Amino acid sequence: MINAALFIPCYVDQFYPHVGLATLELLERYGVRVEYPQAQTCCGQPVFNSGSFDVAKPIADKFLEVFSSYQYIVCPSGSCTSMVRNHYAELVPDRIAELRSKTFELCEFLHDVLGVKPEGRFPHRVGLHASCHGLRELRLGSGSERRVQPFDKVRSLLSGLEGIQFADLSRKDECCGFGGTFAVGEEAVSVAMGNGRIADHERGGAEIITGGDMSCLMHLDGLLRRQKKPIRVMHVAEILAEATANE
Amino acid sequence: MNEGTTEHPENAAAFVANDARLKWHDQSLWFVREKRDRASSVIPEWESLRALGADIKAHTLSRLADYLEEFEKKATALGAHVHFARDAEEHNRIVHGLLRERNVTRVVKSKSMLTEQCGLNHHLEAHGIEVIDTDLGERIVQLRHEPPSHIVMPAIHLKKEEIGDLFHDTMGSASGISDPKVLTEVARGQLRGNLLAAQAGITGVNFAIAETGGFVVCTNEGNADLGTAIPPLHIASMGIEKVIPRAKDLGVFLRLLARSATGQPVTAYSSHFHGPRPGGELHIVIVDHGRSEILGREHYRRTLQCIRCGACMNTCPVYRRSGGHSYGVTVPGPLGAVLAPHIDPKKHRSLPFASTLCGSCSDVCPVQIDLHQQLLLWRGDLGRAELIPLRKRAASQLAGWVLARTWAYEFLGRIARWILPKLPKALLRANDWGRQRELPPAPKESFREMYRRRRGQ
Repeated sequence: MINAALFIPCYVDQFYPHVGLATLELLERYGVRVEYPQAQTCCGQPVFNSGSFDVAKPIADKFLEVFSSYQYIVCPSGSCTSMVRNHYAELVPDRIAELRSKTFELCEFLHDVLGVKPEGRFPHRVGLHASCHGLRELRLGSGSERRVQPFDKVRSLLSGLEGIQFADLSRKDECCGFGGTFAVGEEAVSVAMGNGRIADHERGGAEIITGGDMSCLMHLDGLLRRQKKPIRVMHVAEILAEATANE
Repeated sequence: MNEGTTEHPENAAAFVANDARLKWHDQSLWFVREKRDRASSVIPEWESLRALGADIKAHTLSRLADYLEEFEKKATALGAHVHFARDAEEHNRIVHGLLRERNVTRVVKSKSMLTEQCGLNHHLEAHGIEVIDTDLGERIVQLRHEPPSHIVMPAIHLKKEEIGDLFHDTMGSASGISDPKVLTEVARGQLRGNLLAAQAGITGVNFAIAETGGFVVCTNEGNADLGTAIPPLHIASMGIEKVIPRAKDLGVFLRLLARSATGQPVTAYSSHFHGPRPGGELHIVIVDHGRSEILGREHYRRTLQCIRCGACMNTCPVYRRSGGHSYGVTVPGPLGAVLAPHIDPKKHRSLPFASTLCGSCSDVCPVQIDLHQQLLLWRGDLGRAELIPLRKRAASQLAGWVLARTWAYEFLGRIARWILPKLPKALLRANDWGRQRELPPAPKESFREMYRRRRGQ
C-alpha cells in the first residue's frame, strides 16, 4: 500500500479547508494511506519570495523535520510543491535530494505515480487555469513558449469526466497576476492581469474556473466576487472528488 | 517616489490607470509573442537550437578574454581599429575623441542599446555634435526627448496618432496623419537628408566573430547600411559579450534572433562588416561597463548570453501591462530587472519584485537564460544586503517566526478567522488586497481541525 503525507499549504488549511478535505478523500479513494502530519505549517515560500532567505531557512528545516520520514509527500498546489522541489536547494542544499524525489503535486501524483483515470460526471463548462509554477517549474503541461510535444496532466485527468467541457482560451497559460506578495506589492498590475484572465475565461464561456493552485484561484475569486460575476472557482481536487464520489 | 530609487509599482500604476493604452499595449506585444510562436514552430529542432545557442554562448563566456583578443587581432588585420572601454564614460570619451579629431559635427546612428545605456547622444550633443537616430522607432523617441521603452521596438508605447502629432510638430507634416505608411514616408524623407549630410555613422554590433574579425548588424530598415555606406567614418560600439567564436556559429544566432524578436525568419538586413570599406575608416569600441563584474558572479553569468531579442519583454505579463518606462532603465522587462541591480542595487531594488515569477521569460528565451530564477536570487541578495524596505522585512520576520512554530501558527490562524468576518467593510477595503478584491472566506474550522475531528483525535 502507498503511504503519503498530506502537505496542505498554510492558506488552504486556514481559508480553504474543503480543498484539503477533497484532496484527502480523493487520495483515499484511490487506495492511498494518507496521513496529515499536524506539526506542519507552511513551506516558507511567502517569505522566501519576499527576499528573506534567512527567515525561510528555519521554516524549511521544520518542513524537513515533519515530512522526511514519509514515503511520499503530496500537495494540492504546484507552487508550494515547486518551492520544496526546486527552491529548497537554496535553503537546505544538503538534504534536498531526498525531498525532491518524493514530493508531488496532487495531479502529478495521480497522473504519474498512481496512474489513475478518474471516472465520473461533471457536466459543466470549465476554464482551466494553468498555474505558472505547476506549468513551468513542475512541467505539468507543455507550456505555450516551448516547442515540444503538447501534453497537459491536469486536463487529461479532468477530460475523463463525463459531460465536462473546456472553455477555449485565447491565452491558454498566461499568468493570472497573483504571484504571492506581488498581488499586494504590485496591486495595479496584479489586478489588471487577473481581470485579463477572467475576460478570457468569460469569452470561452466558462462557468467554473479551475486549477491546481488555490492561491491563483483566490485572487481570481476575489476579483469575480467584487465585480459580482457569475463565474465560480473550484480547485481541481474539489472537481475530481465531487465527480468521482458516486462512482 | 523615494529619492534615488525606481518605484516600479507606482510607475506601473500610472500606466495601468490608462485602461485603453494598457489593453492596446498588452495586445500589441502579445501579437508579437504569437508571431514568435508561429515562427519558432516551423523549426522542428527549435528547442535543441536554443540549447545549442546557450551552449555556444556559455562556452564563449568561459574564455571570453581569449575570444576578445582573437577578435581584436583579426579585426585589426582586416584594417579596423579596436578600442577597449572600461565603462560608459570611457566609451563616450573614445567616440567623441574620434569625432573631434576628424572635425565631425553631424552623426547618424543606427539603433544601439549600448550607446543608449552609455548616454552617448547626450554626451555628444553636449559637445556640439548633432546625432540623428536612423531607426524609425528610435528617431520617434529621440524627437520626444524620451528613452526607448523596448529594446527592439523603441516606440511601442506610442499610438500612430501620437506619432502623427509629433511629426506635425517637429517636421511640419500635415496634421491628423495616422497612416503608418505615410508617416514612414515623412520620416524617410527627412532622414535621407540627414544620411546624406552625415560625416560619421555609429552602429551597434549584434555578433562579433572571433575567427574572422568581422561583425554583423541586424536591422529591418537597412539603416545600418546607409549610415555606414555614405560617411567615411564608421564607429561600431559593442559590449564584451557580443563575441562568438566561429563564423559558422552565426547561423544559429541569426535563426534564433529574429524569430524570437519579431517573429520574422530573419531580419530584413543582416549586414556584415569585415574591415573598413575602401577609403573609409572603421573603429570598433568594445565596452565592459559592468559586464565583467556580472561574469564574475556565478549565478548571474548567464545573463551575458543574452542576444537582445526582447522576447522576454514581449512575453512578460508585467512588462506588457506596465510599459517599458516603468522600469526606469534602458533595458526594461525581466532582462532589465536582472541586469539593473548589478549597476545600482539600491536604486533598482524594486525591479526584481516586478514579476510574478511565472517563468514565461525563462521558457521563451532563445539562449535559455533562467531569468525568473535570477529574479528570485536577486530578491535574496537584496534581502541579504538589507535593501528591502523595512516594512516588508519586518513583515517577513514576523511571518517567519510564526511559521516556524506550529502553536503560534494555529493560534493566530484561529484569531484571524474569528476576527476577519467581524471587521468593518471599510477597513477590509482599505488595503492593497481588499481595494479591488474580496478577501478569501473565513471558515470556522481549519483543515487540521476538520482532520482531527474526522480521525477522532
